[in-house]
Amino acid sequence: MTATHVETSSPAAREKASREKAKNSLLYLDGVSVSFDGFKALRSLSLVIEPGEMRAIIGPNGAGKTTMMDVITGKTKPDEGDVYFAGDTDLTRMDEASIASLGIGRKFQKPTVFESHTVWNNIDLALAGVRGPFATLFHRTSLRETARIEEILDIIRLADKKEWLAANLSHGQKQWLEIGMLLAQEPQLLLVDEPVAGMTDAETRETAALLREIAKTKSVVVVEHDMSFVRELDVKVTVLHQGSVLSEGTLDAVSADPTVIEVYLGR
Amino acid sequence: MITAFIFRALDRNTYIVLGLLLAVGILLPLLSLTDPSFPLHVPTYVIALIGKYLCYALLALSVDLVWGYCGILSLGHAAFFALGGYAMGMYLMRQIGARGVYANPILPDFMVFLNWNELPWFWYGFDHFWFAAIMIIAVPGLLAFVFGWFAFRSRVTGVYLSIITQAMTYALLLAFFRNDMGFGGNNGLTDFKDILGFNIQAPATRGVLFFASALALALGFLICRAVIASKFGKVLIAVRDAESRTRFIGYRVEGYKLVVFVLSAMMAGVAGSLYVPQIGIINPGEFAPANSIEAVIWVAVGGRGTLIGPIVGALLVNFGKTWFTSGVLAEYWLFVLGALFVAVTLFLPKGVVGTLLARAKARPTSTSAPAAVSPIEASIAAEEGA
Repeated sequence: MTATHVETSSPAAREKASREKAKNSLLYLDGVSVSFDGFKALRSLSLVIEPGEMRAIIGPNGAGKTTMMDVITGKTKPDEGDVYFAGDTDLTRMDEASIASLGIGRKFQKPTVFESHTVWNNIDLALAGVRGPFATLFHRTSLRETARIEEILDIIRLADKKEWLAANLSHGQKQWLEIGMLLAQEPQLLLVDEPVAGMTDAETRETAALLREIAKTKSVVVVEHDMSFVRELDVKVTVLHQGSVLSEGTLDAVSADPTVIEVYLGR
Repeated sequence: MITAFIFRALDRNTYIVLGLLLAVGILLPLLSLTDPSFPLHVPTYVIALIGKYLCYALLALSVDLVWGYCGILSLGHAAFFALGGYAMGMYLMRQIGARGVYANPILPDFMVFLNWNELPWFWYGFDHFWFAAIMIIAVPGLLAFVFGWFAFRSRVTGVYLSIITQAMTYALLLAFFRNDMGFGGNNGLTDFKDILGFNIQAPATRGVLFFASALALALGFLICRAVIASKFGKVLIAVRDAESRTRFIGYRVEGYKLVVFVLSAMMAGVAGSLYVPQIGIINPGEFAPANSIEAVIWVAVGGRGTLIGPIVGALLVNFGKTWFTSGVLAEYWLFVLGALFVAVTLFLPKGVVGTLLARAKARPTSTSAPAAVSPIEASIAAEEGA
């Protein structure tokens, strides 16, 4: 399903062709390149995520996984290439806050929660709704919002710890809290960076179940190193290497791909 | 909407602080007006001294609002304080009228001395108190807005932001030193006579100014409390703890920083405006970078990230300063201040109030996890980790 790079000389025609291809996808990256001080983090990366799809992205360190997330969420602007969301929204022209409001949620590699807020307040802050400074100044939490927060706390199994400061949660619980914050944002697309890093086997299994549950209603992109976890997810896999797509398919198919074996094992 | 906003702020501690401030604000001036033979008589110099401390406490509160809650370490808040002070000073200068040394009914003495023939345009309106009152809030607010607009949009944070706030106040210091700026140059503005028609030296006027300072501090506390209790306040703490996370859940962080920075600058301006009539002078020295740093030390000593902390810190450090600098060890004060800052950073990272609050919280619920780490502790840990 890799979108081939559109070869057209005129930029306008190229953009038109891109938009045509992007129309039916939820997330569409085509020919995205990013370099930092001469180092090419992404080389003409192309990737298409369908609505409702869950995708696992694997690749060795430095393959460009995090940079790809940065480009999608607006933290990094690509040097060239197209990034479209929901068919026609050009993400390269927006900042983090407006991309988040569009419905793209991101979970960081290192669990990043608001340590000095309670679990409840962490979810409350992420809850879809008011975002402007003056709106939040006079905002009162509605009953509907309270119910939604309770619901999410149940899903991430932190209902009994809602008054705890996030700083006091275990590593695994922080990961879950962050996933809960993602859910509270009501995104259409979740970008999840190494959700099971540092988790126990039991937690890893539970997290896989949770993500599969979430993927029933939303598109999810999971970046992960842990192969047993990727197997547990049982979804299409994209292998990145040196900033571009090396292979794509089921886990078994990519595992059997000689180029992937070479990258992972080296020769 | 506004009433609900303020109402949310009123918890037990807030009532206690407001009650204490108002009680002190009313009682001390009344006692100072009693006959000196009265056993509880308070000398006027004490009123002047504590009135000054109350203004410092409001400045400390404004620093804490941006530093303790939003992680913006401003080392230039004395600039807003001084600008508020100059706005008040300009009003007081115009009230002197023909009673100056050169008896010019319009021009303040220093302008006559410089052979100026007419009032510069930026002095217009300062003969009205209402105009000066607006400027006291508007000028620091505008400077903070322009400064914050550029700094926060460019995502200048941490030590870089602290350095440019120092540069800002230093630039203003140099500018106000110049005679042709029209603010009295090196000597600043002084020799005030009246405020709102009352003799500025009279004990009753001093008492009212003292009360106004206590009232301003109480209002500032109430506003900060309401801001912190709102969802806006939660976002501020979120920005302090994990700025990029806050962006990725859809908050435009620069907008939040700008609003809180402007609010804080306005509070500092009000503090400066009440300071000047009680001290009787405003000069460019108030812009000195060291003043801003001193305000940060008050907050650190009292406890940043608590609203009572900066008030307690400002009072404690300034009582200490007054006591110390009136003895034989006066010239060592700056060493003491520096040592104090180092000691607090090493041994009381949460400050006096922060440490006491954490202890009070830990005792009754020592078995439950939530109290094990106080918010400020968590934020400090987060900063150290970063």
